[in-house]
Amino acid sequence: MPTINVDKYRLFEELGEQFTPDTFQQLCFEFGIELDKDTEEDETRPKDQAPELAIEIPANRYDMLCFEGIAMYLNIFRGKQTTPNFKLLDIPEDKMQKITVSPETEKVRPYVAGAILRNLKFTPERYESFIGLQDKLHQNLARQRTLVSIGTHDLDTIQGPFTYEALAPKDINFVPLNQTKKMNGQELMEFYESDKHLGRYLHIIRDKPVYPVIFDANKTVCSLPPIINSDHSKITLDTKNVFIEITATDQTKLDIVCNIMVAMFSKYCDEPFTIEPVKIVSEHNGTTRVTPSLHTRVMDVEVDYLNQCCGLQESPESLCKLLGKMAYTAVPDKEDAKLIKVSVPPTRADVLHACDVMEDVAIAYGYNNLPRTSPNQASTIGKPLMINKVSDIVRNECAMAGWIEVMPLILCSHEENFEWLNRVDDGQTAVKLANPKSVEYQVVRTSLLPGLLKTLRENKSVRLPLKITEVADIALKDETKERKARNERHFAAAFYGKTSGFEVVHGLLDRILSMLRVSFVTHEEDLHGKSIDYKVAENPSEEKGNGYFIKEIDEPTFFQGRAAAIYLRLGGETRRIGEFGVLHPTVLEKFDLRYPVSVLEVNLEVFL
Amino acid sequence: MMAPPTNTTASSEDLATDILAALDKSQPLLSSDAFPSATFVDLKAALDRLASREMVKYETIERQEALLEPEAEQIAANGSHEARVFEALRKAVEGLSVKELEEAIGDKNVVKIGQGKAFKEKWISKTKDGKFTAVADKINDTTQEQIKTVQQTKTHPDPKILADLKKRKLIRTQNIFSFKIHKGPKFALRIPEEATDLTADMIASGAWKTATFKPYNFKALGATQNGGALHPLNKVRQELRNIFFEMGFEEMPTDKFVESGFWNFDALFVPQQHPARDLQDTFYISDPKAADFPRADSPDDTKDYQAYWDNVKAVHQDGKYGSIGYRYPWSGDESLRLVLRTHTTAISANMLHKLAATKGPDGRPLPARYFSIDRVFRNETVDATHLAEFHQVEGVIADYGLTLGGLMEFMEIFFGKMGLHDLQFKPAYNPYTEPSMEIFAYHKGLGKLVEIGNSGMFRAEMLESMGLPKDMRVFGWGLSLERPTMIKYGISNIRELLGHKVDLEFVQGSPAVLLGQE
Repeated sequence: MPTINVDKYRLFEELGEQFTPDTFQQLCFEFGIELDKDTEEDETRPKDQAPELAIEIPANRYDMLCFEGIAMYLNIFRGKQTTPNFKLLDIPEDKMQKITVSPETEKVRPYVAGAILRNLKFTPERYESFIGLQDKLHQNLARQRTLVSIGTHDLDTIQGPFTYEALAPKDINFVPLNQTKKMNGQELMEFYESDKHLGRYLHIIRDKPVYPVIFDANKTVCSLPPIINSDHSKITLDTKNVFIEITATDQTKLDIVCNIMVAMFSKYCDEPFTIEPVKIVSEHNGTTRVTPSLHTRVMDVEVDYLNQCCGLQESPESLCKLLGKMAYTAVPDKEDAKLIKVSVPPTRADVLHACDVMEDVAIAYGYNNLPRTSPNQASTIGKPLMINKVSDIVRNECAMAGWIEVMPLILCSHEENFEWLNRVDDGQTAVKLANPKSVEYQVVRTSLLPGLLKTLRENKSVRLPLKITEVADIALKDETKERKARNERHFAAAFYGKTSGFEVVHGLLDRILSMLRVSFVTHEEDLHGKSIDYKVAENPSEEKGNGYFIKEIDEPTFFQGRAAAIYLRLGGETRRIGEFGVLHPTVLEKFDLRYPVSVLEVNLEVFL
Repeated sequence: MMAPPTNTTASSEDLATDILAALDKSQPLLSSDAFPSATFVDLKAALDRLASREMVKYETIERQEALLEPEAEQIAANGSHEARVFEALRKAVEGLSVKELEEAIGDKNVVKIGQGKAFKEKWISKTKDGKFTAVADKINDTTQEQIKTVQQTKTHPDPKILADLKKRKLIRTQNIFSFKIHKGPKFALRIPEEATDLTADMIASGAWKTATFKPYNFKALGATQNGGALHPLNKVRQELRNIFFEMGFEEMPTDKFVESGFWNFDALFVPQQHPARDLQDTFYISDPKAADFPRADSPDDTKDYQAYWDNVKAVHQDGKYGSIGYRYPWSGDESLRLVLRTHTTAISANMLHKLAATKGPDGRPLPARYFSIDRVFRNETVDATHLAEFHQVEGVIADYGLTLGGLMEFMEIFFGKMGLHDLQFKPAYNPYTEPSMEIFAYHKGLGKLVEIGNSGMFRAEMLESMGLPKDMRVFGWGLSLERPTMIKYGISNIRELLGHKVDLEFVQGSPAVLLGQE
C-alpha cells in the first residue's frame, strides 16, 4: 500500500477540526485508510519541520495519493463538502490546444493525452504536492512509468499546437530538466545511466529504434517520455498556466491518470474545478479525441442487492444519501423503484461493478454498525483430506516412537537438492525458479533430505542422538499435468549420533508401515536358490497379498552395503516407494555433519 | 551459639552421627551449646537428614544477639570514659590540667568525652586555676556494668538499655539461628543403611518390610523423558483444522505448489499489471516452461474450461457481468506463465469453479464450506517477520443470501474459538474481494488493536466467470499460521519457528496450544 505524508495541521485545518490522535485514528479506521505514523512526538523530527502524518492508502485509490485527495474524500465522508462538479472549459474544438500524434509512436509508446490548468496559483505546499502526486502515480498505477508517464510544463514558455512524435535517439536534442548542457537521446541515456532516480526508467525505451518526444509548435522539445522533461519548459512557483502531457502504453490507465491529475489540482485555478481540454489528433490508430474525458459514469444499481449484501433495509433515498458520503451522486430511479442511478465521479477509477458501490454503502453505514446476522445458512459436513489423515498417523506414530518433528523450508539450492546428496539432475525432476533473490531458493525440493540435514547441521549443540522426522510435500516436474508439476507427500526421518543408527531407522520404517497396516514380506531362498515368500507359501490365497520388502541398493547417496530400497506390494502391484540407508561420508561432509547419519524417505501417496 | 562460618572439615555425615551421640547423653540439646563451631548450613543439612528418618525432631530458634563494638570492648576492660577521668582525678589531689589529664589517661578522646560526662554526673568540677578535680567520693560506673552484662550474656534484660547502647554505637545486634534438638521416635545411634528404590528382588525376598528407604527429593524434577515431539506450528495447525471441522468445513486438496498465472491471479480477477505479479513479489518458474490451458483433471469433471478461459479474458479486458473490467489487452501467454503459488486462494478458485457444476435438489450449485492450511511462497527479502515461505490458513463459505453481518458474526465465532473476541472490521482493498474487511482484535499485551486476518466477499467478476449464479455469494478469509503461533509461543523472529534453523529443544519443549483457553 502506498504511504502519503501530509502536513498534520494543514490537513486538520482543511478538515476544519482539531483531531486527537485517537479520533483521527478512528476516522481513518472507519474510512479504510491507515494512520501509519504521526511525527508530532517523534524526537528525530528536525525542528524546522512541521509534524507530519503518514497515511497508508488502499492500492486502488489512486485519487487519494495526495494531500488534496485525502482532504477532499474525508471531508465528503464527514458531510463537510460535496463532490466537486469537475468540468471542461467550453471552447470549440478548433480553438483548443492540439497534440498531433505521429504513427511512429506506435513503435514505442502509442498513447498521449493532454490538459491545461489556467491561472493556477502555486504555493510551496501545493507545488510539492503537485510533484508528489505525479511521483506516486508513476510508482503505483503507472508501474514505474512503464504504463504511463506524466510531463508538466509552464505553458507560457512554449507554444501550441504540439506534436507527439517518435524519432531516432540521435535526432532528439535538448537540455534536460535542471541541466545546462544540450544532449541527444543517446547521450542522455549515458548521462543518466548511473542516476539513482532516473536510471531505473531508462530500460523502458533504451533499446527501441525510436524514442518518444513531445514538441511544441517551434520544435522545442518539451519532454522525452517516460524519462525526463526539458529544462526549457519547467514549472516554477510562478507558473500560472500548466500544460500537462501524459503518454502511455495503456490507454485506460492514461485516462485515469489524466483525470486524477487535473481533478486534484484544478481546485487551485481561478475558476476552480474547470479544466481546459486538449484535442488529441491521432488518426492512424483511431484515438482522436478531446482529453481529459472527465467522464461521469452512471450505473443502475439494484436496491435489493445493496440491502441484501449489507443486511440492511434502507430506502432508495437513504442508500443514495449514504453513497453521497463516498463521493457518488446517487438518485432513486424515477421509472424503476428497484433501482438507483449512481453517478461515479471521474476520479473514482476503482469502481468497476455494483459490488464496489455496495462496499461503499457498507463503509458509509459503518462496517461495525451493520446488523449482525447468523452466518449459518445451509448446513455442510466437515471432511478432512485423506492424505492428511495418513500423514497425521505417520506424524503421531513418529512422535510416539520418540522422534522430533521438524519443518524446514520447501525451497532450497540446486546443490543441496542434487550435488550434495551425490544425486544427478536429469533435468526431468526438479521445478526451477526463474527469479530467486538468493541461492537458497533455486529449486523446489524433490526430496525431504536437504531440509532434514540442514536442520541437523543447525542443531549440533543439542544432545545426541538427534532423531528427526518430517511429513510434507515435495514437488516434481510432470508434463502430463496442466501445471506441468505435481506435489507428492513424503515421509522422511534422519538419525544423527556417534553410531550410524541404521537399525533404528530401519525399525522406524517397520513400525510406521505396520501402523499403516502393511506387513513385512520375508524373503529367503529355498534349497534350490529360489526366493520363497513364507507368507505366500503358508497361505496361497495371499499370493497377491499386500506387504513390503526391502532390497539392498548401491546408490552414491549412501554408504555401500548399508542402504536398501523399500518396495510395496498393493493389490498385486509392486513398486519402489522409497529408500533408507547410512549416508555416504562425502554427503556428510557437504552438509557439514561430523557424525554418521541414517535416513529414510518414503512416498506416502501410495497408501491412499 | 551460632559462630561465624569456620573451616570445619566435619562432613554432614560425621556431624549427624555426632548429633546422635550428643543427644543420647542429654536432651533437649541446644546446637549452639553442643556444636558452637558448626555452620548453620551444615547443621541444618544433618538435622534434615535425621529428621526425615524420624530419628530426631528439632525446632529452629531465632534470637537476637548483641555484640560489643571496639569502643565498648575498651569500656568493659577499663571502665567508661567518664569513670576513667574521675579515677585519674581522684588520684591527683591537686587536680589536673587538661594536658595533665590527657597524659595520665593516655587517650585524648577518652578525656574529651569523659570529662563532659563526668561534669554532667557531678563527679568532677573545675578549680579556680582551671584544673579539673574530683568532687564525688565514690562513683557507680553503670555504663561499664551494662556493657559487661552484654559481654557476658550477649543481651541485656532491659530493652531500653539495649536500645540506648545501640544508639550510642557501643553495641550492634545480629539475628542468630540455632536448633533445639530432641530424640525422634526412630532414634538410634547410627543411621541405618538405606535402599534408594523398591526393587523386584526386595518384593520377592520380603526385604522391603525391614528396609529403610532413602527419602525422595520431592523438590526436584523427575527424570527427563527424551520423548518425541510434534512441531508447534503443526500443533496450532491441528487446532485450527479442528475448528474448521467443528464448523462443517471440508479440507481442500492443496497439493499444487506450482500454479499457472491463470489460477493464481487471472481467475481471481487480479489484473496482469498488478504489483503482486511483479518479479519482486512472485516466484516465477523457469523450468518447466509454461502451463497448459486450464482443463479438467478428472474424467468426471465435465466443465467447459474454454468458456471459463474466455470469460476470464472478457471480464479483464472488456468487462462482463455488469463490470466494466480493467480494460487492458489481456495476454494468454502471461496467464500460462508458471508461478509458485502466492496464496492458496488459487486452490479456492479451482474448487469454486468445480462447485459451479454441482447441482443440489433445486438444480443450483450446492452451498459449500472449504478450508485449507498449507505453504505459500513470496519472493520477499527475508527478515524477522518475513520468510519466502509461510503457511496460509484460508476459509471459504459459498451460500445463498449471505450478508456482511453474517460474515462478521462468523468471524466472531471463528476467532472466538481462538480466544479472540470483540472484533473490529476495517475497510480494506483486495483485488478479488469486495467488500474487503480487515479483522482486528484487541491485544491485551500490546494494549491496542492488532490485525488478525483478512476477509471479504469474492467479486462477481471472479464468481460469475466460473458460472456460479449471481445470487450465490462467497465469503473468503485468511490469516497466516505463523502469526498466531508466534504470539502463542512468544516468538519474535519467524526463523525461530519455520525452517532449518529452528532449535530442536524448542520443538521438544513447546507445550500444547489450547486455543481459546483464556
